[in-house]
Amino acid sequence: MYTQGLDAKTEQGAQPSPRLVTEDEARLQGRFQERVDAEEKIEPRDWMPEGYRRTLVRQISQHAHSEIVGMLPEGNWVTRAPTLRRKVALLAKVQDEGGHGLYLYSAAETLGVSRDELVGQLLAGKAKYSSIFNYPTPTWADIGAIGWLVDGAAIMNQVPLCRCSYGPYARAMVRICREESFHQRQGYELMLALAQGTPEQKRMAQDALNRWWWPSLMMFGPSDEQSAHSSQNMAWKIKRFSNDELRQRFVDATVPQAEFLGLTIPDPELRFNAGTGHYEFGAIDWTEFNEILKGNGPCNRERIEARRKAWDDGAWVREAAVAHAAKRQQCALKKAG
Amino acid sequence: MDRKDWPLFEIFIRPKNGLSHKHVGSLHAADARMALDNARDVYTRRGEGVSIWAVPAASIAASDPTDKASLFDPADDKVYRHPTFYDIPADVKNI
Repeated sequence: MYTQGLDAKTEQGAQPSPRLVTEDEARLQGRFQERVDAEEKIEPRDWMPEGYRRTLVRQISQHAHSEIVGMLPEGNWVTRAPTLRRKVALLAKVQDEGGHGLYLYSAAETLGVSRDELVGQLLAGKAKYSSIFNYPTPTWADIGAIGWLVDGAAIMNQVPLCRCSYGPYARAMVRICREESFHQRQGYELMLALAQGTPEQKRMAQDALNRWWWPSLMMFGPSDEQSAHSSQNMAWKIKRFSNDELRQRFVDATVPQAEFLGLTIPDPELRFNAGTGHYEFGAIDWTEFNEILKGNGPCNRERIEARRKAWDDGAWVREAAVAHAAKRQQCALKKAG
Repeated sequence: MDRKDWPLFEIFIRPKNGLSHKHVGSLHAADARMALDNARDVYTRRGEGVSIWAVPAASIAASDPTDKASLFDPADDKVYRHPTFYDIPADVKNI
């Protein structure tokens, strides 16, 4: 999902290095696991295993980066939205994504990392974010497809995260999920307008579905056999469902929605299995996914460059804010004196 | 000067008059006024509140979770602090 990079087996430093555990630590770990098993939330200053803290910092920061980078493909269309109604909706959505980034960076900060450290990692190109935001948005229909499919997939993944064992992350996810629902609905409504429009508009909607379908399925991360961290993250209740389970739910929910639009999912092997009650779908091309994670997607460089430019161009604003705050403080002191 | 000089503020929102302010999250800001402005944009975009408190995180004194047992467990065995501890005959009304 937004943190799919965590699951890649190739990632360096992903495996906690084995080391001796003292008796005291073993007792604390046992107590910690009991609390997690009892569905008690873990709060920032509680004792937690180093691996739990590390996993959360990586997961929450990747999630935050994804929200921030995710503003770019959609921001691309703000000035060209076809009507004022679509424009205010898109602006509100992009603003929400910025807010989601903030909630998540704040949650990560409760684990003892600084915001600047995390942003620094993103700008240095060292941090991962969701593969989905490295695809371009050449047409207006892409905005509909992103809301419907990308935000739809995000909701599927994020609703269980509202029950994550780490309190600040779970609380941030509750706020995010509440807002995400508007994102998906505005996307679907946009697709519906195109699908019921002129033949050319319908072709545009179909083309967007063709390009976003497989990348959306990849958002759930590698298949369960290929996923490196699932079992430990499940035991810690950071993760509640496996990548494949969530992917299946997404397919089951989305195929009927595509049928309603009168659009065709670009998968010749897609069929409903009446026995299982689920849709079966074709194999995912993981080579593409791995290339994007490595930085070789269609827009990886462009995205990071855009973030760097925003950071550099905003330097004077940050300086001015600090100078202004200092001046105001001096004025207040003078008045008091 | 860079953003690292911006202190962390904890944000509390009163959902409507008659209810207490409740912690909703945190943000960095150059000063309290900017914290309030940004909190308004981030935490009240959908009518979530009528009043905002921004408190410098450094000003909050917090109890230590490792003291939880010594601080809070003693309350568990003081049942006499609850009204149901006291036996009153059923015939006595309005008590």
